[in-house]
Amino acid sequence: MKRSLLPWLVVATVLLLLFPMAAEKFYLQLVTKIMILAIFALSLDLLVGYTGLVSLGHAAYFGIAAYTYALASQAADPANVWLTLPLALAASAAAALLVGALVLRTSGVYFIMVTLAFAQMAYYFFHDTRIAGGSDGIYINTRPDAHLPGLDLADDLHFYYFVLALLAIVFALLAVVLRSPFGRALQGIKANEHRMRALGYATLHYKLAAFVLAGTIAGLAGYLAAAKEGFVNPEMMAWHQSGAVLMMLILGGMGTLFGAVLGAFSYVLLQEWFSTLTKHWQLLMGGFIVAAVLLLPHGLIGLHRLRIKSRAPRPEGDGD
Amino acid sequence: MTEPVLATTTLGRRFGGLVAVDDVSLSLAPRTVHAVIGPNGAGKSTLVNLLSGDLRPSTGTIHLGALDITHWPSHRIAQHGVARSFQHTNVFAAFSAFENCRLAAQSRHKSFGRWVKPAERYGDWNAAADAALKIVGLASRGGIPAAALSHGERRSLEIAMALATQPSVLLLDEPLAGMGPEESAHIVALLKRLAADHAILLVEHDMDAVFALADRLTVMVNGRILASGAPDAIRANADVQRAYLGTEAVSTL
Repeated sequence: MKRSLLPWLVVATVLLLLFPMAAEKFYLQLVTKIMILAIFALSLDLLVGYTGLVSLGHAAYFGIAAYTYALASQAADPANVWLTLPLALAASAAAALLVGALVLRTSGVYFIMVTLAFAQMAYYFFHDTRIAGGSDGIYINTRPDAHLPGLDLADDLHFYYFVLALLAIVFALLAVVLRSPFGRALQGIKANEHRMRALGYATLHYKLAAFVLAGTIAGLAGYLAAAKEGFVNPEMMAWHQSGAVLMMLILGGMGTLFGAVLGAFSYVLLQEWFSTLTKHWQLLMGGFIVAAVLLLPHGLIGLHRLRIKSRAPRPEGDGD
Repeated sequence: MTEPVLATTTLGRRFGGLVAVDDVSLSLAPRTVHAVIGPNGAGKSTLVNLLSGDLRPSTGTIHLGALDITHWPSHRIAQHGVARSFQHTNVFAAFSAFENCRLAAQSRHKSFGRWVKPAERYGDWNAAADAALKIVGLASRGGIPAAALSHGERRSLEIAMALATQPSVLLLDEPLAGMGPEESAHIVALLKRLAADHAILLVEHDMDAVFALADRLTVMVNGRILASGAPDAIRANADVQRAYLGTEAVSTL
């Protein structure tokens, strides 16, 4: 079944590669934003879809990297990607390590609540203190510079391909990690953590490593979002941002990497479409998500699964 | 006398006002099957959960060889060669039988830092998983999701998962529960073979199997040890017969 998604993946990649040729500036920027959110959704999928950790505070790591980048690039000259990106990722990773070490001792609804609580603390820290512009946030004067020949991130087209490349790298990285022994252990933890402990797995360490990896990748998305928009504000780590990325996952299909990307695309495109229809687009979006959950319990990616099933019914009890 | 592999002294566990296990001192010798029997609610499963680290003792100590493992978490006890099966089948339902065993074999190795090479390319783990499936008679069923196996097959898979971790001590909580006679006979024969190089603590209600397998028997009633000794001595023990009067086991004892 995994293999049957491959053609779709190739088609999607080719479409994204060719897209800028046909697109106006507005759509180029829109798809750039969507790809950044797809990286964000992929990072949350590692936790929710593969490790069984439903975090409602994932935007904190998105925001922390964004703020780190903003604070580190206050000079008039463009910031160096190779300095500010590792710094931003390290900040998100450190925050995830600290928070993860505490919240992973809880589970179920308590886990959801404490991840939310920590994210809200981060939100109010930046909202209510003066160190980073308070509720107004900070403007960043220039896009960062990657110092690569021929690459000018200030150019929207170049930035588009930069983000696309990072999306592909994150996708491939997660695909490799999830097939590795470490990734299999995470999926075992999602399926039955008690059994994993009984087999001898120190599950807390695995969950913490997943939490830090997910936080770091969310940080990459936050860095790119700040670089793209040219400003940061506390809303980047507000709980509705955490909720939105969770809805992307639910919409696209948790526990598949392709589903996370599909979720980011469908969520943002629906949002754009609904907001042209009415000011109250959230009502339509809410209704759509409810319908999707009821009709497609595996998300949009589940459509593909249904099609496979109907085409080739699996014979009962066939051997190897 | 040989040194015990696993030994408890005055082990106890309270749940609020209920004393589920009380003053239990027993030792498990190497290469023996030590059966623990007793009526429902005697504390047998609680005892297994204490030994495996799923529950923390309220009193007493547990030693694994020379190591004091009384307060160790379950994963650490498992890493030291104590594998368990569960009374209520506890497998990864959505995973194939093979993947269940492969994960079990993987647990013996530091997989924490292995993030790159695909899991199925580790030949040793595959071999251990295949061997474990074969030994319980599930060799041809490896590709089937555990949820699609029959009840008896899932019980066998529990044992295969324990074996795939290559343990020295097996804690088996009613491995035969709900198995058909043929499957039961197969598992009894298997446990007999395993006793040659494992220490096995067997909680079981099937008295035919218990007396066919056990080198040593401990009878528990209301959380305490009523009697402990060779099977023949237990069979002749008046206290044991009295304790079992009126229960279904009396006819078989």
